[in-house]
Amino acid sequence: MARRADVSSKGSQDLHGSGSSRNRLCGSCQENGKSNGVAHSWSKRESFEQAPMYVAVLTYLGFGIVTLFGYFRDFLRAVGLEKCHLAQERDEQKDFVPLYQDFENFYTRNLYMRVRDNWNRPICSLPGPEFDLMERVSDDYNWTFRLTGRTIHNVINMGSYNYLGFAENNEKFLQPVANATKEYGIGVCSTRQEMGNLDIHQELEELVASFLGAESAMTFGMGFATNSMNIPALVSRGCLILSDELNHTSLILGARLSGATIRVFKHNNMQSLEKLLKEAIMGGQPRTHRPWRKILIVVEGIYSMEGSIVRLPEIVALKKKYKAYLYLDEAHSIGAVGATGRGVTQLFGLDPSDVDVLMGTFTKSFGAAGGYIAGKKELVDYLRAHSHSAAYATAMSPPVARQIIRAMKCIMGLDGLTVGIQRVRQLAENTRYFRRRLQELGFIIYGSQDSPVVPLLLYMPGKVGAFSRAMLERKIGVVVVGFPATPITEARARFCVSSAHTRDMLDKVLCSLDELGDYLGLKFSRRKCTQFELDS
Amino acid sequence: MDVKNLKEYLHWLYYQYLLITGIYVLEPWEQSIFNTVLLTMVAMIIYTSYVFVPIHVRLALDWFALLVQGRVDHITHLSG
Repeated sequence: MARRADVSSKGSQDLHGSGSSRNRLCGSCQENGKSNGVAHSWSKRESFEQAPMYVAVLTYLGFGIVTLFGYFRDFLRAVGLEKCHLAQERDEQKDFVPLYQDFENFYTRNLYMRVRDNWNRPICSLPGPEFDLMERVSDDYNWTFRLTGRTIHNVINMGSYNYLGFAENNEKFLQPVANATKEYGIGVCSTRQEMGNLDIHQELEELVASFLGAESAMTFGMGFATNSMNIPALVSRGCLILSDELNHTSLILGARLSGATIRVFKHNNMQSLEKLLKEAIMGGQPRTHRPWRKILIVVEGIYSMEGSIVRLPEIVALKKKYKAYLYLDEAHSIGAVGATGRGVTQLFGLDPSDVDVLMGTFTKSFGAAGGYIAGKKELVDYLRAHSHSAAYATAMSPPVARQIIRAMKCIMGLDGLTVGIQRVRQLAENTRYFRRRLQELGFIIYGSQDSPVVPLLLYMPGKVGAFSRAMLERKIGVVVVGFPATPITEARARFCVSSAHTRDMLDKVLCSLDELGDYLGLKFSRRKCTQFELDS
Repeated sequence: MDVKNLKEYLHWLYYQYLLITGIYVLEPWEQSIFNTVLLTMVAMIIYTSYVFVPIHVRLALDWFALLVQGRVDHITHLSG
């Protein structure tokens, strides 16, 4: 017995002793006082508070009751007492394999249809900080809609990805875009590899590379296609992709299309990622145990459903230790975080060349469309030749490219004005103010203090529909998200703060949220409000 | 004025009941069905408890009394 204890203590001592020299990351996390300061301070700034237990119970109760009524209505439709408005098999096909019996169709028929009026609302103006909606009513409980012809004016927009306010129609700012339209037209009528490589694309790519601090960059016409068409060009069978649990569909689609092995690690959890890396390197490929050709870690800068920011310093340390590659998707974080809007690399003070593949989109912070991939020159030259998007997709339209160029020059200050940097600072201030006030009011919000995406948890299915309709009555447009985009018990409303929102607009929104929070019963937070510094 | 506040408070309570049970999303006739079933079940529970709970409580008290009496008898029998 004593000998076994000796062996075990010697073993643990050995591990710890040699651990601190080899496993520098693990060692530094275990010793007190010597930890990586960044991880500790950042974990304090992120919060994912859990709601009280009764909230989860009542959420399941609500879903259970509505599901029972769903079965009841399906029974009425099957018997013929009620007309079925959705697609159904024909009578001759009733004996075939059923097409519409799976859970997803059941959910659409019986839950989504009842609250469908909260999504796909038609907009008839620019999606700036305030916009106009077309009024839409339904006579048969959301199966069909009709427009009444009236417009709801000046609804405050808390749902558009307009972080730096570039969704604007100021004539002076948009003059270069109009000139580009007059000079180049709108359509390019070719792919990048054939006849669609214009000089405006070269200019844009050089500008993007200098903005990010990378060697070279390439742009594509569609943000989703940037991920789904370029990951298959970078990895293939025999490679390993380690992707975060909550990655966007475009990343998942690109990973699946590539044919590589995909392993998922828990969201922002470095222990899970390190365990997977160790297993991958020790075990190799599944049956043959040969070493993996490439290991690619795929993460996002800001996760739009949680509002959480990736732990970039720890991931870069892990990637250097285990010799993996890093693919960072900065769709929501480019332009929106960082002291001068350069994204999460600037937020953490890292060198952009530490990240192997920097990807982002122009949809969110630049008021345009499209995506880019930046990195070393060899990587980008390879993508120019081998990317599916470059070979088959139409090149980016010239007015859109000119809009991105002017937005980027504005942020960098190259046009001689300080408008860009003011907007970046205004966004940071608006974000901190909005988040602080929401926490003071007593709502549960997820994510990091610096993220302009603010998810406010609603939990119960009844409250999701009621919240969106009540906010629209108060002339505020919000986006609510439920299952299947979020876990079934965590339905939420997602606010996107913009630098174009004035303090008055934010105060109006907060006032309405206060009233609605009391009226609907949404203030689940149990923590005392702490004072956050508001440096302006 | 108090009656108006009371009416508003009751309306708010009913609204909370609709939201929490998820009935809010259903059509009015489905809400009526659910309310009817729920009220019927509550009425049955109240009726059953009104009829049977006093009898059961009295029987339980009698049994405990018998237990205590039996103990006292046993102790006096042993000591005496």
